[in-house]
Amino acid sequence: MLNLSGFRILIDCPLDLLALTIFSPLPCDVGIEAYGQNDQNPIEKKQKLERQMTPDDLVSAEPWYKTIKTLHLWEASLIDIVLISNPMGLLGLPFLTQNPRFCAKIYMTEATAKIGQLMMEDLVSMHMEFRRLHGPEDSSFPWWTKNLDGEEVPSVLKNIVFGENGNDLGSWMRLYSLDDVKSCMKKVQDVKFSEEVCYNGTLIIKALSSGLDIGDCNWLINGPNGSLSYVSDSIFVSHHSKNFDFHGLKGTDVMIYSGFSCLQSAEITDSDCISTISENNDERLAASLLDNEESLGELEKLAFVCSCAAESADAGGSTLITITRVGIVLQLLELLSNSIESSSLKVPIFVISSVAEELLAYANTIPEWLCEQRQEKLISGEPSFDHLKFIKDKKIHLFPAVHSPNLITSWQEPCMVFAPHWSLRLGPSVQLLQRWRGDPKSLLVLEDGISSGLGLLPFRPIAMKILQCSFLSGIRLQKFPTLLSLLKPKILLVPDVVNQRINLSTVKTKSILSYSENKMLSVGRIAENADVEIMAELATKLSWKKLRQRENFGIARLKGDFVMENGKQRLVSGLDQEGSSGKTRSLRHWGTVAPETLLDALMKMSVIGSIEHRRGENGAEGKSIIYITNPSGGMIETSEMGTAIITDDETVASKIFQAIDGILDGI
Amino acid sequence: MAIDCLVLGAGQEIGKSCVVVTINGKKIMFDCGMHMGCDDHNRYPDFSILSNSGDFDSTISCVIITHFHMDHVGALPYFTEVCGYNGPVYMSYPTKALSPLMLEDYRRIMVDRRGEEELFTSAHIASCMNKVIPLDLKQTIQVDEDLQIRAYYAGHVLGAVMVYAKVGDAAIVYTGDYNMTTDRHLGAAKIDRLQLDLLISESTYATTTRGSKYPREREFLQAVHKCVAGGGKALIPSFALGRAQELCMLLDDYWERMNIKVPIYFSSGLTIQANMYYKMLISWTSQNVKEKHVTHNPFDFKNVKDFDRSLIHAPGPCVLFATPGMLCAGFSLEVFKHWAPSPLNLVALPGYSVAGTVGHKLMSGKPTTVDLYNGTKVDVRCKIHQVAFSPHTDAKGIMDLTKFLSPKNIVLVHGEKPSMMSLKDKITSELDIPCFVPANGETVSVASTTFVKANASDMFLKICSNPNFRFSNSSTQLRVTDQRTADGVLVIEKSKKAKMVHQDEVSEVLHEKDHVVSLAYCCPVKVKGESDDVGLIKQLSEKISETVSCADEIHESETCLQVGSFKGSLCLKEECVHRRGISSSCSEVKFLCCNWSVADLELGWGIINAMKQNL
Repeated sequence: MLNLSGFRILIDCPLDLLALTIFSPLPCDVGIEAYGQNDQNPIEKKQKLERQMTPDDLVSAEPWYKTIKTLHLWEASLIDIVLISNPMGLLGLPFLTQNPRFCAKIYMTEATAKIGQLMMEDLVSMHMEFRRLHGPEDSSFPWWTKNLDGEEVPSVLKNIVFGENGNDLGSWMRLYSLDDVKSCMKKVQDVKFSEEVCYNGTLIIKALSSGLDIGDCNWLINGPNGSLSYVSDSIFVSHHSKNFDFHGLKGTDVMIYSGFSCLQSAEITDSDCISTISENNDERLAASLLDNEESLGELEKLAFVCSCAAESADAGGSTLITITRVGIVLQLLELLSNSIESSSLKVPIFVISSVAEELLAYANTIPEWLCEQRQEKLISGEPSFDHLKFIKDKKIHLFPAVHSPNLITSWQEPCMVFAPHWSLRLGPSVQLLQRWRGDPKSLLVLEDGISSGLGLLPFRPIAMKILQCSFLSGIRLQKFPTLLSLLKPKILLVPDVVNQRINLSTVKTKSILSYSENKMLSVGRIAENADVEIMAELATKLSWKKLRQRENFGIARLKGDFVMENGKQRLVSGLDQEGSSGKTRSLRHWGTVAPETLLDALMKMSVIGSIEHRRGENGAEGKSIIYITNPSGGMIETSEMGTAIITDDETVASKIFQAIDGILDGI
Repeated sequence: MAIDCLVLGAGQEIGKSCVVVTINGKKIMFDCGMHMGCDDHNRYPDFSILSNSGDFDSTISCVIITHFHMDHVGALPYFTEVCGYNGPVYMSYPTKALSPLMLEDYRRIMVDRRGEEELFTSAHIASCMNKVIPLDLKQTIQVDEDLQIRAYYAGHVLGAVMVYAKVGDAAIVYTGDYNMTTDRHLGAAKIDRLQLDLLISESTYATTTRGSKYPREREFLQAVHKCVAGGGKALIPSFALGRAQELCMLLDDYWERMNIKVPIYFSSGLTIQANMYYKMLISWTSQNVKEKHVTHNPFDFKNVKDFDRSLIHAPGPCVLFATPGMLCAGFSLEVFKHWAPSPLNLVALPGYSVAGTVGHKLMSGKPTTVDLYNGTKVDVRCKIHQVAFSPHTDAKGIMDLTKFLSPKNIVLVHGEKPSMMSLKDKITSELDIPCFVPANGETVSVASTTFVKANASDMFLKICSNPNFRFSNSSTQLRVTDQRTADGVLVIEKSKKAKMVHQDEVSEVLHEKDHVVSLAYCCPVKVKGESDDVGLIKQLSEKISETVSCADEIHESETCLQVGSFKGSLCLKEECVHRRGISSSCSEVKFLCCNWSVADLELGWGIINAMKQNL
């Protein structure tokens, strides 16, 4: 959450999908019985606390969803702008847009909007299926939390449900409906990469590719008070989506870094590496960031997944691949089908998802969002991803669900199945896991992080092989300083957890601040004074005054319409300038009036008077009085502070004023 | 600073679009097309005007191609490969993908069929295309430090864009060809409300205003249907991309609905391949097509087949799309030669035909014989149908766009001189915008916007952003207007950036002390009747509001009154130094001791005079 130029900006609104793992995938009768037994047997209960968790511990209820911890405490109407940088960050948004008071402008890239919408639709339909199978519950209160209050509940579960401080309960929500998704997407304004959108004439918001996945982006916000960049997980060289566009982020006033993926790996930053980079020039730095060592590593990983899948297929086992990142799914799909094509294996590939067809069709219509190699394919007239021809050749089969009527007829094992994972609680991966978990020949391909938690718990004991792959999902820690010395932000904000891990002292940045969850951090002003642009036509109309006392200065009064356009403050001509209308009179004066000089000046205008000096009493300032005798009566009081003209004769007064104006500098 | 607009092609004509605009010293070339109706050196824009030495890299900052039609991209390989321009070339993704097809197609026709000398080779096309940097819609590209370009959807053909270019504070838009209404597969042109110094617009249909296109679509379909129902052959000469797809969509859909089994042919494999591109570039088509493409891609034509040369003389009806359009050469002309003598057949000419082509001859009258290029004459007994819907905007569209953008100046290109002149008159008289219609080789110069940059103080900005509401009662309604004006002082010090400050801050900036100049007078006022001090003040304020025009708000408090900076309070002193003249201690006269600042000079005197009258 940012507050910038008086506008509140929310960046990303995800769901905590890992929290979904507390729910049991199959709320079966056995589970309820198990609870009953436990209650009757106190000894077992005690044991249970010490023992490992069992599938029975999981909550058997219609799943609820956990949003960002403190979001529900925010008044929705106070948010002005929502920026979504990836599809995952979109999943929680309908919760926010459900609120009738919500009126913020939502920006995201076109591809994020499309993919995110498909993901949400998939989530909703999976959830509906769950309800169909297990019956709906219409309670508007998460009743299942009651059962979790007891002592016998494992602390892991409790932590997830209530949070470490026990205040997370409010962030649990029932899932939104398809209509909510639709109305949410209607409020979205989609943008292209490096398109400049202007919010309220004040902020210019620009999405720049982050390379993480198709359509994922970093944000650059330019306002009258400076520029800000928001950098989340990014990949320098990608094999599916556009590369990390870091050139556009150079030299911002504030940079917020929010990449957390570097925490997963146990890399330690190499201090040698940092010392060497400091000498290099920009281009060398850029080149060092773009070395393709990383991306080659990624390709190797993908190839390894492929070979594992092929191996298990050779042995007669099936493979279940549950990966969320669209780019990787598409790449893997392409690689797998190509490798099957070239080998003697006759293994069908199934993609089971309610949105599979649409997603795969969409992937071939977005060359603008893809990496250069794939754009080249467009130029030579080939589809961006190869899956199209395999679908035509019936090598890849697409089905909306496991129970699709045609699936049974074309089903054959061994096979390879792509399915969305939803933390292994919803959708086809659940049924398939149930089916294959006892088969040691089969293979499960997972993203890192799921298995460590409760993810696989309900499927234990599990005999099938599990391949955990951790794909590169952000900037590596050792590359981060290099990136910083290239981008040169004036102020850098890093999450405290990252700051602990990395030594940024060598980076030449004005200041580095670390921020942490739920804490407000205010960043001081960077620019001294805001810029204002004055229209040339207006500027030429000004009547300039040279100052008598200070030759270096020139001043002019200026009147115009003040407008805010494209993030720039401008003065445009709307009114006649004072000077051009012939009415020049200074309204502000500075300096002092020497009474003698004034008297001389008055004499020239045939105004005659005499001077009387008065010393100030009790330390008050002394003042001089000039009594005017001719042409009519009047007097002038003058001191350091000011001059008063006292007369009832308008013409005399104006003459005196003229004389004073001639002595003082004024505007 | 000025903007110079040099028209190298498509000035007062259609064909070889090429405009070079110089904005604050940066030269940008918009489009680089060839003239389809010319065979000699006139077919290319005269690049020598730009640089005598032939060093284009240092003269031109970038080349931007708006769409893939030959009259917009045709000369590009010549310019980059033969003339040796090596700088950046920008075009949209579809244009980059489709231009090589168009260029190759045209090159083949010229060389293979007409036996002309090659102007550029296939290798030229390929290496030229390697220099192209693709653009996405609305993507803002910083070409160099000062030059910024952005593309907007133009709707004319797949991937057609309007281009916005900005250097410093000066900005222009070059429209290329555009269409303000949605057609079967493309959306209407879409652009933001920009502040422009110059708009360079096409004006193909500068005087035509078209109504709904549905009746004309029906006309076309019926003409084709009638022809094939009578056993005739329908020839539709068109370029590989664009109209062919649009008309084919129309026909395919009609065939489906009417259950017609007559084959539709595409003259070369090329156009079928082009459909492949259309399928991939679905995001550049209209909203309608985009929504449907998952279930049915509209470029998957069901009734379309490849044409074979042997089919020219095959019996039975058919519909044939043949390249190139305008019947200027190549296969379409060859087919025309064979089919034209039969009264059963039909030639449907979509779009505009450049003067000098057979297509143009057919459209401009009802010729019975037509001279082909090599001197042979062909009897024309077939029906001629002119497809009356076009992907160009009509006069209303041009006016709408101009009104919407309200640029400071307009240059019209890509049109026929007489109609351009009448459009020019219309724009000048109706919209009061200076309009220019330069011929090839002419330059139009217009002034450009510049802004002077200054620092603004916080106080100034704060005061500027405070609303300044004025309430006025007009008959029955209360009208509230916000007359916010920025009133400040601009201070410049030698060798420093100008500063914009509020007047209260000036002395601080100058390191000087304020010196307040004010006026004062202890004014005698007459007490009417038996009123006390408060009553007197009331009387006075009524009097002031009656007689002094600019005294808006009068504040009264017991023995004081205040208008703006004018302050008056009852003077109780026997001998006030501010008192002049009358010094009688008459009980009926009281004194109001007044002072006011120079800013309210007139106001102060007005009030004094009003009170004096009261005496």
